[in-house]
Amino acid sequence: MSLVALFLAVAAPAALGDPALEARADALEMEIRCVQCQNEPIAQSTADIAVDMRGLVRERIAAGDSDDQIRAFFRQRYGDFVLFRPPWDARTWALWASPLLLLAAGLAATGALRRRRRSEDLAPEESER
Amino acid sequence: MISEIGAFALCLTFAMSLAQGALGFATSQHASRAAALTALAQCVAVACLIAFVSLVAAYVRSDFSVAVVANNSHTDKPLIYKIAAAWGNHEGSMLLWCFVSSVFGAVLASARGGQSAGLWSKAVGVQGLVTAGALAYTLFLSNPFARLDPAPMQGAGLNPLLQDPALAAHPPMLYLGYVGMSVPFSLALAALIEGRADQAWAKALRPWTLAAWTCLTVGIALGSYWAYYELGWGGWWFWDPVENASFMPWLAACALVHSAIVTERRGSLASWTILLAIMGFGFALLGTFLVRSGVLTSVHAFAVDPRRGIAVLILLGLALGAGFGLYGWRAPKLSRAAGFGAVSRESMLVWNNFGLAVAAGVVLIGTLYPLIVEAVGGGLISVGPPFFNMTVAPLLGLLFVLLPVGPMLTWRIGDMRSVLVRLAPAAALGAGTLIATLALTHWRVAPAIGVAIGVWLIAGGFTYLWTRARRGEGRTLAKIVALPLAVWSMSIAHIGAGVLVIGAISETAFRAERAVALAPGQGVDFADRRITLLTMADVDGPNYEATRAILRIDHEGETVQLNTERRFYSTSPMPTTEVGILTGLDGDLYVALGEPIRNGGGAWGLRLYHNPMVQFIFGGALMMAIGGVLSLVALARRRKASP
Repeated sequence: MSLVALFLAVAAPAALGDPALEARADALEMEIRCVQCQNEPIAQSTADIAVDMRGLVRERIAAGDSDDQIRAFFRQRYGDFVLFRPPWDARTWALWASPLLLLAAGLAATGALRRRRRSEDLAPEESER
Repeated sequence: MISEIGAFALCLTFAMSLAQGALGFATSQHASRAAALTALAQCVAVACLIAFVSLVAAYVRSDFSVAVVANNSHTDKPLIYKIAAAWGNHEGSMLLWCFVSSVFGAVLASARGGQSAGLWSKAVGVQGLVTAGALAYTLFLSNPFARLDPAPMQGAGLNPLLQDPALAAHPPMLYLGYVGMSVPFSLALAALIEGRADQAWAKALRPWTLAAWTCLTVGIALGSYWAYYELGWGGWWFWDPVENASFMPWLAACALVHSAIVTERRGSLASWTILLAIMGFGFALLGTFLVRSGVLTSVHAFAVDPRRGIAVLILLGLALGAGFGLYGWRAPKLSRAAGFGAVSRESMLVWNNFGLAVAAGVVLIGTLYPLIVEAVGGGLISVGPPFFNMTVAPLLGLLFVLLPVGPMLTWRIGDMRSVLVRLAPAAALGAGTLIATLALTHWRVAPAIGVAIGVWLIAGGFTYLWTRARRGEGRTLAKIVALPLAVWSMSIAHIGAGVLVIGAISETAFRAERAVALAPGQGVDFADRRITLLTMADVDGPNYEATRAILRIDHEGETVQLNTERRFYSTSPMPTTEVGILTGLDGDLYVALGEPIRNGGGAWGLRLYHNPMVQFIFGGALMMAIGGVLSLVALARRRKASP
């Protein structure tokens, strides 16, 4: 039995036991970038460094860190590049605001189109009735 | 010798495509001039075909004196993959780009339909210039016929991951879609030059847009399916910049498919349709640039050899410069067509275009943002799935909430109340799904909303079919069979979107995964199944050696055998994983063989995944593509009926 536990320990670094903690680890491992591969999260990479990083995630969770603390931990260690979720700071506020800005611009353009159409086209047809 | 013929044919194609451009703009009303233009465009396609066949022949004959063949092929490779290798690399794919563009030019020139002579000849001319641009790039910066002296005895081989039927078909389909977007671009520019975008013009535009969208759909789905079963981690979409590069033109093409309907049926939105056609081709060129320039790995990788990247950027600048320049100058002169009410089929299609365009914009910004930050010295950041899932997914969700209402409304002025009454059962079904999913998943709100939206889309699609079938006299069943093909094609595509949404949400939110170590004879319980490793075997393939794990799966009283392999190709240092997939009613069991465990007494690492409803993703995409094909057939039939 202890032999089986050892196999498991090698294949899956530090199994956490609790399904809720496992789910948190899985989610975080999808958000953290393997620093050796091209555009792959550590959850999917087979590189040695990714295995080590997965172990680190589980270590931090077992130690009671919150998700944000773990993200901060990796960010401090490997830089912003390691997080697929960009941080909110002076460089990235424009990125995070862009969907809302695009939505607003689109709404304004659609609204202008509607107003112009109503005044130019629909009015004469309706007045004919 | 054959590749010299190919190189010569390529030069000839370049010269003739320039002539096609010139003649297209010079053509007057004379029938002989038009005939000459048609013949020239056909010659361009034939010459490019000769070049393309020459390259394929060099691969089939394993002529390693041709540099691209030596770099990308191998005598041990099965014939089909030797042929597919012809377009599986930079130079070959550019030649394919040129070839497709020249063929589309010939088809555009041969099928004039009801278009006016001026518009038609200018569209053929612009298409000739597009082909010429791609050819100039291919000839001067990525010549596929460059020779090696001395020729190596053996080729360097293709990446074994790419030795796969889905991936052999993936690039040609994507390129058909990318290059397909060049024809709406040519038609849009011709319309701007002529100062006219009428219903006949939109009628000519629609099949090209539909074909490009369908090819992009199939191409993206094939790539996603390949990633799912070949890369060995059970994923199918990762908002990777290369994926986004194909998703942006898809979104634009999807918007264009819808706006062109409004322009053809009602004459409205012509100006927006033109703008969309220009942007769609811009996205396709941008996709080519992102994938081909190396800029994605890093701005610095791009700087190492910037010639190719800069050349594509120049082509992109020329195309968009000409497009937007002409648009700004000529679009205000386009005549304005009939208006429509705030509640009408047109206005719903405007909202469709609004959502798709904003989504494309967000994907564009998210994809380019890290490059911009790095270029201005802000360091390296990553913009990945969390950003796109948080922004694009809700946007598309809103779009999907509106979708079933659109087809139910009439043109010009619709009656929202009666439509909502007819859609009430579908909405109730969606709401019921929402409550049931919330209860089953212990209040996981986002996935529950997603699944409910998928159900709403499917139910809405059937409601539309039902409403159409109940019109008029006669038995409902007979009328369902007799429904127009256009009704079927649209409903199938929209229901397919719902199926895809359910699959995508379920797979993303409810998947289970586990890494285990098993020695032969040992088993593990996973996702209601008992999984036992029976034995490990060594297998020889045509050009690889493999270690195969043979597993027994016990599930609900049934026993099945499942294999997964690790393959070692002599041409590649990295082994590849051949996953075992068992598709059941509740989803896929997906097993990937890992490495032997150190000091593990013969145990092997295995990764187990349970991917609920993942086949819905590919099934939904297939339905959307079928909808596109049927829609093309419907257009062709209608054209035959009223030329």
